Amino acid sequence: MEVFLQQLVNGITLGGVYALVALGYTMVYGIIQLINFAHGEIFAAGGYMGVILISWMVAQGYPPFVCLGVALVLAMGYCALLAMAVEKLVYKPLRSSSRLSVLLSALGMSIFLQNGLMLTQGVYDRAYPGEMVRGGFEIGGAMVSYMQIVIVGITVVLLVGLNTLVFKTRVGKAMRATAQDKTMSALVGINASRIISMTFAIGAALACAAGIMVGMYYGSVRYDMGFVLGVKAFSAAVLGGIGNITGAMLGGLIIGMIEVFAAGYISSEYKDVFAFIILIGVLYFMPTGIMGENVDDTRV
Amino acid sequence: MTIPASRKLWLGYAVAMLWLYVLLWPLIGIKPEGLEFATSTEIWAKLAVVSAILLALWQLKQRGVFDFVSRPAQAASQVFTKAADRVPTWIWLVFVLAGALVFPFLTERYAHDVAISVLVYICLGLGLNVVVGMAGLLDLGYIAFYGVGAYTYALLSVHFGLSFWLCLPLAGAFAAVAGCIIGYPTLRMRGDYLAIVTLGFGEIVRIVLNNWMSLTNGPNGILGIKAPGVYWWQDGKVEHIWLGSLEQLYYVILGLAVCTVVAVYRINNSRIGRAFEAVREDQTAAELMGVNTLGIKLLAYAMGAIFGGLAGAFFASRMRFVSPESFTFIESAMVLAMVVLGGMGSIPGVILGALALIALPEIFRGFELYRMFVFGGVMAMMMLFRPKGLWPAKRMGVRSEEKD
Amino acid sequence: MTQQPILELKNVSAAYGRIKAIKDISLKVYPGEVVSIIGANGAGKSTTLMSISCVLPITGGEILYDGVRIDGTAPDLLSARGLCQVPEGRRIFPRLTVEENLDMGAFFRKDKAGILHDMNRVFQLFPILQERRRQHGGTLSGGEQQMLAMGRALMSRPRLLLLDEPSLGLAPLIVQQIFRIIREINESDGVTVVLVEQNANLALQASNRGYVLETGNVIMEDDAQALLANPDIRKAYLGE
Repeated sequence: MEVFLQQLVNGITLGGVYALVALGYTMVYGIIQLINFAHGEIFAAGGYMGVILISWMVAQGYPPFVCLGVALVLAMGYCALLAMAVEKLVYKPLRSSSRLSVLLSALGMSIFLQNGLMLTQGVYDRAYPGEMVRGGFEIGGAMVSYMQIVIVGITVVLLVGLNTLVFKTRVGKAMRATAQDKTMSALVGINASRIISMTFAIGAALACAAGIMVGMYYGSVRYDMGFVLGVKAFSAAVLGGIGNITGAMLGGLIIGMIEVFAAGYISSEYKDVFAFIILIGVLYFMPTGIMGENVDDTRV
Repeated sequence: MTIPASRKLWLGYAVAMLWLYVLLWPLIGIKPEGLEFATSTEIWAKLAVVSAILLALWQLKQRGVFDFVSRPAQAASQVFTKAADRVPTWIWLVFVLAGALVFPFLTERYAHDVAISVLVYICLGLGLNVVVGMAGLLDLGYIAFYGVGAYTYALLSVHFGLSFWLCLPLAGAFAAVAGCIIGYPTLRMRGDYLAIVTLGFGEIVRIVLNNWMSLTNGPNGILGIKAPGVYWWQDGKVEHIWLGSLEQLYYVILGLAVCTVVAVYRINNSRIGRAFEAVREDQTAAELMGVNTLGIKLLAYAMGAIFGGLAGAFFASRMRFVSPESFTFIESAMVLAMVVLGGMGSIPGVILGALALIALPEIFRGFELYRMFVFGGVMAMMMLFRPKGLWPAKRMGVRSEEKD
Repeated sequence: MTQQPILELKNVSAAYGRIKAIKDISLKVYPGEVVSIIGANGAGKSTTLMSISCVLPITGGEILYDGVRIDGTAPDLLSARGLCQVPEGRRIFPRLTVEENLDMGAFFRKDKAGILHDMNRVFQLFPILQERRRQHGGTLSGGEQQMLAMGRALMSRPRLLLLDEPSLGLAPLIVQQIFRIIREINESDGVTVVLVEQNANLALQASNRGYVLETGNVIMEDDAQALLANPDIRKAYLGE
């Protein structure tokens, strides 16, 4: 029973992380029908920015929570700028090209960014300073670390924030409208380009936070940490229904749970395979996902 | 270009450079010891200057300043192309083949090594070309077939001592089966989903190879694979020798590559090739015309996989050692880049792409670290400037609306 | 008339890729009018409206709104200037609620009180929408969606309203209702209306003037009543 509870705790933590990254994939696909391969690298870049900023601040002597808070905000801003730059430079000019062209340039961008991280930060893991949140407590035999509480807490705040933004604010409605019918949204006065940039920025900020939290949780970051997690997060987005925001959150949680439980009860070496199998399974049996798709299927 | 448009261009440039600095500095300049601006500013300055020069040159070209060079150059190249077109294709082929045959005698070991790599990637590129270029199926996990072929020969050679030549078709067959298995679930998927599913499959194969210790020995790989063997005249009598040296291996892969080129060329000009093209251009229309699209797609996967498997078997026999590390996603991406860069569906294009991606970096050996970085950037930018590739495939027939 | 036209097209051509859709179209619309553009399927009527809304870039000619050239501007700037289109097929946002759809119609507006007032007015014009205000747009029937689309257009307080096939696929009773509303907003609010319709009879009955399009060209222009009486038009478009 303790094992089960422990898996549950771990699953929720991991699921939250996947949800944050999946949101970026789902929002971008919903609005411009592009699998943003570079999104995984944004996640990695976030992890790195977290290390960079926190290491510097810890060296200056600031207390851990202040470091985390400030680093989170600054890194999220950084990743938003990075994602917007990629969009403006590479995706926007190709908006009227074939889907294959955009896919290939997204792939190229992913390789470019990943290697950029490697060149500037090195091939080896970069560790988070040890003074960050330590310790934990027990509930019913399961160990809950303070780090996990912090992670889940930040995740919940971000997810609630996103939900409010998308469903309760005017801008959020405009985002949803643009995702459903780009031409019509232009006709009512919504600047599609600005909304698209915003979508990239928000998705990047969420992925960045996820990167920082993953880095803190495992203690280090690596330049290629974005690749596998990116595919898994995309699987989560598809599972929930591509373009569907609630779906992405749900899908992330499910994939996180399945991965943790499968690794615990079945096999831990093949844990990555489970997410891939789910992806293939969902796309084969239920391509619209659990909660249904939300893409612009109109023509001009 | 008008003055306000020019001003807008340079203003955009300034904003872009500012943005670049903001993105670049934190990665380089924030260290626990303190904030440092020198290194990043230096790199940024170099980039800014180079792009400013390129932008200025481009603007001048728009104004026609370089016409005194470009117009005669264009005229000259047109004359050259016309003359070249007069020469029948088979003469070019004989030329190239002769050059390839004498190549080892004119160069040393290092060049042989590079040449072998180029030829292997040519086989891979042509195989992927069948899937992506001809049938239009974006396969991001193609390297899995390479791995299947390699491990097939490795295991058969090490455990059963079977000869290379016997295992070659077996490797192709296993790869073809893998192609069908991987292809089957994707038959009804749309383009981008297909890409990511094949990526997933490629990764699954790699993870399985890495973890199935009893079969594949996991990350330690399989050692002691035999090189190809042949009966040859030696000292007056026919003997069995191992083709272990680089020159000998070169000729083996050259033969394989030539066979691949011929096979792919024949496929391209056959009914199957027409069916591939139909499915690529408009699957629904093809289905309505009576093309068995699902069967054709599966055939494309299987055929493409065979070439990958054959190349994999050769790779195993050349390295005498295989490990899962050689079959990562990056390799799939590189083969894809070759096909895209060279020109999808075009045989000379793929060959050119392989040369560009393998031979060129070898010349710039010092920048080894930057290879993938540049490669990613080129792939991203290429779609903006030359989406059809360096040597685009010739279309069969002309679209009616393109006639006037 | 010595009035300046609110909308003027001068030799406008547009194409989809290499397929030329409209060639050298010229037309004028004066403030307060209802003008119809009729013609067969594929004649280029929708293309004309999409060009006016700057969604489709034109390959030749000029488009003037209030005497100012608008061709080439970004489409999202036009609704703030009073130019609004209800495109073919309604195109309401399917996964937004009725209320949210209407709100999107007033996206560029900042005056909360005014927006609320206008929304109430739309609910008065179309009571069924008030009943369904929290339902998703995609769950509405065809007629209700058309009302929603028109209500959404009204939320922008348009001065020039472009309507693309408002009667398409709707029951006659609903169509009557829609055209009654069109007349009302034209007469009481002074909204200029450009009406594209396959149902030529209906359109011309509701209009002051009409243009006839055929394979991308304007082949005739006249008062609506004259067109209705014209024997060629009657044979070709009014089913005689």
